[in-house]
Amino acid sequence: MTNDKMNITKNEWPLWEVFIRSKAGLDHKHAGSLHAADEQMAIENARDVYTRRMEGVSIWVVESKYIHASDPGESASLYDPANDKIYRHPTFYELPDEVKYM
Amino acid sequence: MKLAYTLRLADDALIIGHRLSEWCGHGPILEQDIALTNTSLDHLGRARSLYQYAADLFNALPAAEKPSVFSSVAIQGLVAAGTAIDEDDVAYLRDGWDFRNLLLVEQPNNDWAYTVARSFYFDTFNFYFFSALQQSNDTALAAIAAKSLKEITYHLRWSSEWVIRLGDGTEESHQRMQQAVSDLWMYTGEMFVMNAADQDAVQHGYGVDVDALKTLWMERVKAVFDEATLAMPAGTWMQSGGKDGKHTDNLGYILAEMQFMQRTYPGMEW
Repeated sequence: MTNDKMNITKNEWPLWEVFIRSKAGLDHKHAGSLHAADEQMAIENARDVYTRRMEGVSIWVVESKYIHASDPGESASLYDPANDKIYRHPTFYELPDEVKYM
Repeated sequence: MKLAYTLRLADDALIIGHRLSEWCGHGPILEQDIALTNTSLDHLGRARSLYQYAADLFNALPAAEKPSVFSSVAIQGLVAAGTAIDEDDVAYLRDGWDFRNLLLVEQPNNDWAYTVARSFYFDTFNFYFFSALQQSNDTALAAIAAKSLKEITYHLRWSSEWVIRLGDGTEESHQRMQQAVSDLWMYTGEMFVMNAADQDAVQHGYGVDVDALKTLWMERVKAVFDEATLAMPAGTWMQSGGKDGKHTDNLGYILAEMQFMQRTYPGMEW
């Protein structure tokens, strides 16, 4: 175990990302993050911190270190090219009246 | 008798709720601060339902009986004026000796281990008690029991987790957890004492035979202690009195803090 890792385990609980499903059938959505010693405690803490006002029916937790994020510095090359590709939107189709909820 | 019984259950809930609320803003970590405050509010919610039911029972008593129920001058004043009492009056205006809560719940927080140990003993008892109270022939008590049981099931999960975590944790956490469960052990016997109110409750079918819960309670506590690598406390001498209105001096301090506003500024709201 490296020195850094030891210090973290010794002094502070790891950070967890919390995902809450607000009702059956919907996706789990990111609700926030919290500290907990392990996954069991993370779920209990999430229950107490993020579902006290009936926000959810299901909880996922993932230790934050397992989340990999895109680099904000690369946003220009990653996302800007989509700006002028209007043909990628399905707006050129005429929907028959029978199709609902689109 | 049903009034006294209901009030006692309410007192347990109010006092443990108050004790846990003392952690608000002082929890060891934000998440646990919120967890304990949630739990505290569960207990206070149960206290409110039970106090309101107790107040209704009191208001339904024959006028001649009312003045002798509570010694509190403030409540006797309301009775003399012909005013119906409510949940707040029984919580904030009764005197210490009219409180019937278990000695266990009024014990101080001390540290995290004591707080966890106290909750664990009480939550385990509550779990079996309210499971059984669902069968009460009193529909109000049965309904309160059914609602409370969901909350209590979570309380028990929370406190069991912490007993195991600390017991089976570091050398220091083990030692401190063991100390806490051993020190509070002598207040656990009272939960299973069948006093006059308990006997009346069982006889008339509205309450629970607490003596019969003892084996269940012991087994559950033992199972959690085993997992937590904690030794079952060996002491056999048990301190009781709370259920008969004889309290440790802790209760006086709690009531002084809790009742001060209503006693000093009657009917005050904010």
